[in-house]
Amino acid sequence: MKRKLTMIQAITEAMDQKMAEDSRVMLLGEDVGVNGGVFRATEGLLQKYGANRVVDTPLSEAGIIGSAIGLAMNGMLPVVEIQFLAFIYPGFEQIVSHAARMRYRTRGQYHVPMVIRTPYGAGIRGPELHSESVESFFAHVPGVKVVAPSNPYDAKGLLIAAMEDPDPVIFLEPTKLYRAFKEEVPEEMYRVPIGQAKVVREGTDVSIFAWGAMLRVADEAARQIEREQGISCEMVDLRTIYPLDRDAIVQSVKKTGRAIVVHEAHKTAGMGAEIISIINDEALIYLKAPVKRITGFDVPVPQFSIEDDYLPTPGRVMSGIMETFTY
Amino acid sequence: MSPLYQVLTPEGGLLHDIEGQLDEATMISMLENMLLVRLFDRKCINLQRQGRMGTYAPFEGQEASQVGSAMALTPGDWLFPTYRDHAAAVVHGQSMMRVFLYWMGHMEGSISPTHLNIMPPCVPIATQMVHAVGTAWASKLQNEKHVSLAYFGDGATSEGDFHEALNFAGVFKTPTIFFCQNNGFAISVPFEQQSASKTIAQRAAAYDIPGVRIDGNDIFAVWLTMKKAIERALAGEGPTLIEAMTFRYGAHTTADDPKKYRDQERLSEEWRQERDPIQRLRVYLEKLGLWNERKESDFIASAGAKIDAALAEAESYPKSRPEEMFKHVYAEPTWMATEQEKELVQPAKQEGIPA
Repeated sequence: MKRKLTMIQAITEAMDQKMAEDSRVMLLGEDVGVNGGVFRATEGLLQKYGANRVVDTPLSEAGIIGSAIGLAMNGMLPVVEIQFLAFIYPGFEQIVSHAARMRYRTRGQYHVPMVIRTPYGAGIRGPELHSESVESFFAHVPGVKVVAPSNPYDAKGLLIAAMEDPDPVIFLEPTKLYRAFKEEVPEEMYRVPIGQAKVVREGTDVSIFAWGAMLRVADEAARQIEREQGISCEMVDLRTIYPLDRDAIVQSVKKTGRAIVVHEAHKTAGMGAEIISIINDEALIYLKAPVKRITGFDVPVPQFSIEDDYLPTPGRVMSGIMETFTY
Repeated sequence: MSPLYQVLTPEGGLLHDIEGQLDEATMISMLENMLLVRLFDRKCINLQRQGRMGTYAPFEGQEASQVGSAMALTPGDWLFPTYRDHAAAVVHGQSMMRVFLYWMGHMEGSISPTHLNIMPPCVPIATQMVHAVGTAWASKLQNEKHVSLAYFGDGATSEGDFHEALNFAGVFKTPTIFFCQNNGFAISVPFEQQSASKTIAQRAAAYDIPGVRIDGNDIFAVWLTMKKAIERALAGEGPTLIEAMTFRYGAHTTADDPKKYRDQERLSEEWRQERDPIQRLRVYLEKLGLWNERKESDFIASAGAKIDAALAEAESYPKSRPEEMFKHVYAEPTWMATEQEKELVQPAKQEGIPA
């Protein structure tokens, strides 16, 4: 019988298997040991691998990320958990000024093979600053990669690929999807290559580009609009936010001639703009309408009583799709 | 206030017996290293004035702190210098040619000799301190008998990373040595305005690690304190915070004018005349009959020749090519960088538009 896992189980399994295979892999973060992580992503790993490899650290993001840089430079493979994406800012300088630049500054002599895992995104009724989606900050920094899975299968494969990557990877885990659904996940180790998008739904009339939790929103919209309007949507899960899979974006737009980007990050300087720019460079003449962006608004993510109104909804996505037909 | 540990007085006398701890060859080497790096430092300032080098951060006055601490290391230890610690880097084995390259803006100025772990000069303040926790932690986990030494200044102690590093190192008992050169000024801000605590060493108490305040212009005190800290670290007893009291005779960088914020002439003269690290060791070694004017002039001549040779090598080193900016961003270049490199190297030719 095929086995089904939630995303959080798939993430735990990826770390567990990699730790069993490679003794250099160690986990660091706040509450990742005894408590198994606030979302239980590291549940059971302290018992299995001991306190030298699953480390409950002080509450100290610059300390965690900065010491992980040193650990990585000196032979270890640290996997850091930052409790929520918006808590990463005290360690931001360590990422931008050091993790991202060490290979460059030493002309390849030292590098920083580390993964920074962090839950991100809204929709879980979290307190303030527990729901941000600021992937653009990191996509703007040459030297790091940014990944965001949308399902358990990709989560496991991408995390294993991230742990084997010789460069720092920011691994964004859509909090809302941690336990949202189960799907078949192979028991053995496998890799989903960083930098490759995936067409998760074939279609002919319009391309929808999304990642993380927005895949489900976009999918709901695609189904409904196909049912009600007979519009065939092609949906592309970008999976990696930096570097973007240009070929996948361009191929799909050439096929459909219409496109919308759905992301929960703020619109201005969000990755949607970058995707539109790729389309502009490579597929402009194939377009039948301007590319539409359905995104979070240019406001701080509000308190949870109205966070659903901040987030793109299937309705907004459907309106966006219709606009590309009525242009 | 923590007492100031001093071994060699400014007059060249000994306060403590060092019999069996410091041999003659080491002491001579200390003096020679300090003479060499002082010449090197002055050379750099001249080169900057002549437009042959970029903005430069001089360290004159801090030679005992840097030379003494770096001399206590062994190859394989990790050295995390700031932008003012090239004396330490050179003494630990970085080539002067490489240091010249760095200040000449060359892409390859930060490469460590392969058998050593000399990190690129850290430009942001205090951020390297947590890296030194990480490398030391990895050494400990891998049962390697190496320490990590992080240099920083008095200003760095106001940064969050100072706290995070000391706290982490204390909790995980990493073999890290935190070496603060308290030169009294963070660019223009005097220490009294930087910190309400009277000393930096006393901060160690908060992390339950040893904190030692030493005369940073006394190379014996620096070296002996370092040796003790290393011994402790390698015995698994964890980190040490060392506060070396010293003074930068000159400007923060060649772009800075210290007259704007301190009585530069008086202070600089006072330290040079009364507390110079080189002078006191010179006097001491002369008393022992280990040094004299002739030895010094011979050494200066040979050191000058070495510096000139390193400079000649640096100035004839192939210039960084523009396409080198695209290398070593990732193990494998991204498609964006690959295309942008082409854009740089072979700009699109269009009629009527000048190149």
